[in-house]
Amino acid sequence: MSLVNYATREITCKIVYYGPGRSGKTTNLHYIYEQVPADRRGKMVSLATQTDRTLFFDFLPLDLGTISGFTTRFQLYTVPGQVYYQTTRKLVLQGADGVVFVADSQARQLDENIESFQDLHANLGDQGVDARAVPLVIQYNKQDLPSELILEAGTLSDALNFRGVPEFSADALHGPGVFETLRSISELVLKRLSAGSPTATARVTARAG
Amino acid sequence: MQLDSKLRFDNFIVGSSNRLAVAAAHAVAEAPGTAYNPLFVYSGSGLGKTHLMSAIGHHVAQRRPSLTVAAVTLDEFVGELHAAIADGAVDAFKSRYLGIGVLLIDDIQFLTSRKETQSELLRIFNALQGDGRQIVMTSDRPPAEIADVDERLITRLAGGLIVDIGAPDFETRMAILKAKCEERGVRFRAGVIDEVGRLEFDNIRELQGALNRLIAFQALGGEPVSVDNVMTVLGDLAERRRRSTPPRPSGEFASFLTDIASAVAQHVEQWRQRVSEAIGYWSSEGYRTASLERALQESAPANGVESFLREFEGRVARLRELERLTARADASMAIHPAFRDPARLDEAEQVLERALRVASPPPGPSSAFTRSGFEVGGSNQMAVRAADAVVGAPGARYNPLFIHGPSGVGKTHLLNAIGHGLLPTTAGRGSIACVPAQLFVDELIAALQEGTVDRWRARYSAASALLLDDVQFVAGKERTQEELFHVFNSLYAEGKQLVLASDRPPRELSGLEDRLRSRFEGGLVVPMQAPDRSLRERLYARYLRDLGVEPNAEMIGYLAERAVSSVREIIGIANRIVASAEVAAVPVTIGFIRASLEPDETEPARAAALKAASDPFFLDREKVIWQWPDPAARLIEEAP
Repeated sequence: MSLVNYATREITCKIVYYGPGRSGKTTNLHYIYEQVPADRRGKMVSLATQTDRTLFFDFLPLDLGTISGFTTRFQLYTVPGQVYYQTTRKLVLQGADGVVFVADSQARQLDENIESFQDLHANLGDQGVDARAVPLVIQYNKQDLPSELILEAGTLSDALNFRGVPEFSADALHGPGVFETLRSISELVLKRLSAGSPTATARVTARAG
Repeated sequence: MQLDSKLRFDNFIVGSSNRLAVAAAHAVAEAPGTAYNPLFVYSGSGLGKTHLMSAIGHHVAQRRPSLTVAAVTLDEFVGELHAAIADGAVDAFKSRYLGIGVLLIDDIQFLTSRKETQSELLRIFNALQGDGRQIVMTSDRPPAEIADVDERLITRLAGGLIVDIGAPDFETRMAILKAKCEERGVRFRAGVIDEVGRLEFDNIRELQGALNRLIAFQALGGEPVSVDNVMTVLGDLAERRRRSTPPRPSGEFASFLTDIASAVAQHVEQWRQRVSEAIGYWSSEGYRTASLERALQESAPANGVESFLREFEGRVARLRELERLTARADASMAIHPAFRDPARLDEAEQVLERALRVASPPPGPSSAFTRSGFEVGGSNQMAVRAADAVVGAPGARYNPLFIHGPSGVGKTHLLNAIGHGLLPTTAGRGSIACVPAQLFVDELIAALQEGTVDRWRARYSAASALLLDDVQFVAGKERTQEELFHVFNSLYAEGKQLVLASDRPPRELSGLEDRLRSRFEGGLVVPMQAPDRSLRERLYARYLRDLGVEPNAEMIGYLAERAVSSVREIIGIANRIVASAEVAAVPVTIGFIRASLEPDETEPARAAALKAASDPFFLDREKVIWQWPDPAARLIEEAP
């Protein structure tokens, strides 16, 4: 699979929502799922307990229809945030065209955020992908919580966004910031089309292995 | 505890709130003792724990009859244990449980404070698990929250997989309501079920209770429940429930889609986009787009994408035209795949040509005029030699061959004879068009009226040779000359033979366009003249013999002496002589011929006979009733 297949006239984007456990990755997907007309969304596959913990991963296929002659499909994935699901995380991350890092704005989760962000870079590195080349957007979720519980976006940005990628405050449960994030990562991913998708080859190899 | 046979996997409604529990239960039922052991399912009351547990039991009993399935509530277990202790049969109790393949225990939260039950259960658990037997438990709370339970037992309970079932979401509630209605054969007005589904019931029993109330109301009241009075009917059941907000509008998604569309438009190279759109369009129209797809894999077209696409579209337009023409000639050939593949345009042209040849070839030479029936003399030998040369090497020596001469000297005969001569040279691949110019014009006019000029033109262009008689008729007819010019050129270019016949040479044809005149004159222009004496001799001899009269030299000499302007005149004279001899019932002699041709006015009877004989009426045998082959069949008598 390449990002843009001119022969079959398809654009397929794989976007992975990454972040620490309970930061709201699945919630992002749920919100998107609810907004998409039934005929445009595939079946959302979600293996999660009611305590919000994603055991394996969520998968939400979105059919955006024909855009400029290309059948355009987005595949949204979440990784399980819990530390011990490292293998699943690596698997899901493989071949990602773009990554949304969902950070938990709660002050007490800062270390988890940082750890997870480092984990993301390590995993990309393991797959032979230059982390700086992968489109990335950071979302500071749960900004709707009482201000005494959370860190401001600016503080989080200082801690996480050393690459200066697009960042968004969000309340994934109720919607604000969810589509802004998706739109931003989509545009970053599509922007790479003109650059000729330099990681596509590496990715195919990685997947075959 | 008896497993309820109605509680199976196939009637368990799966939703987001219970998906994991169902998946785990399935895994356990498929492979007891291997996947999750023990499986601990917890949820609030009425959310389907017992249903799920029963489903596992039924599934195992059905698939693995060799395994013993035991389902107990904790209360039953406790009761049995107490009875066994009282009877001093604890060993029997234990051994019974140790023989079980799948142990299902409902409501395990009641373990609280039952020390001896806990220790007995712990032993049984250890034995069963050690032996690879499956244990499934349900509870209203997670293991850690069951108060006053031996720590060792807690770790056993939590050692497998703990899954919970949440309150059903809107979709699950709707699915459950619809399934229940179907099960009970109840129908509600549109919107009623949705109204109930929106109420956020915490458990399925309450949801079912609400549905039951509606069913009862409808059945007893004799009147269908309307959307407006759903809340009234449900009363207290509804009051305690929050109502889900209706699904949010998809505005956010729509605006996202718009942005993505513009991002794609911006980032996919413009020309690729144009080509992609063209591929989408033409393939949806049913055309092969391989050449466009190839182009996408390469760099931008050298002459720009627009001219690249125009060229493709031009080919498609031509294919459409060819397909249309072929369909008219032979519908079965119009389905040829070449008509759908712009890369196979040449092939499509050939298919059309084939279709036209097979379907409606242009008129061919008449079988009445053969070369063997053509007498050669000094007045026509040049034309005949040219004709023979043409037949010997069509298109190679005299092309075009233009034969001119007065009416009745045999031009048409010679033209058709050439046509026959050429037939074997086509080897079945084409037809010989042999047509009078008048018919050529009439066909063109008809084709113009029907809008089928292309087809008409193609028929002639597909011919192996064109022989056009009385070409003087095209003089002054602009459109015909235009078409003839094109047909002429196309045939000539392919080395096909053209033969034209006219009553005068090209330069004397007024109203003939110069471009045609010069082309006609570019080959060989040969005259045919009125038969000379030697030809007249041969012609009289042939025609009289054909009429059953064996002429002698004197008769032939006498007849050939008379000047005639055409072959037709000779035929006329021969016919007249023979016919008047028949009428007069005398043999044909030189005397009779003389008398016929130089009538003596003094002999009225003979003159009348001759006059009658020369009347065309008598030349037609069938006009004389006694010569009719079957008069009785041909007479129609009018009723009196």
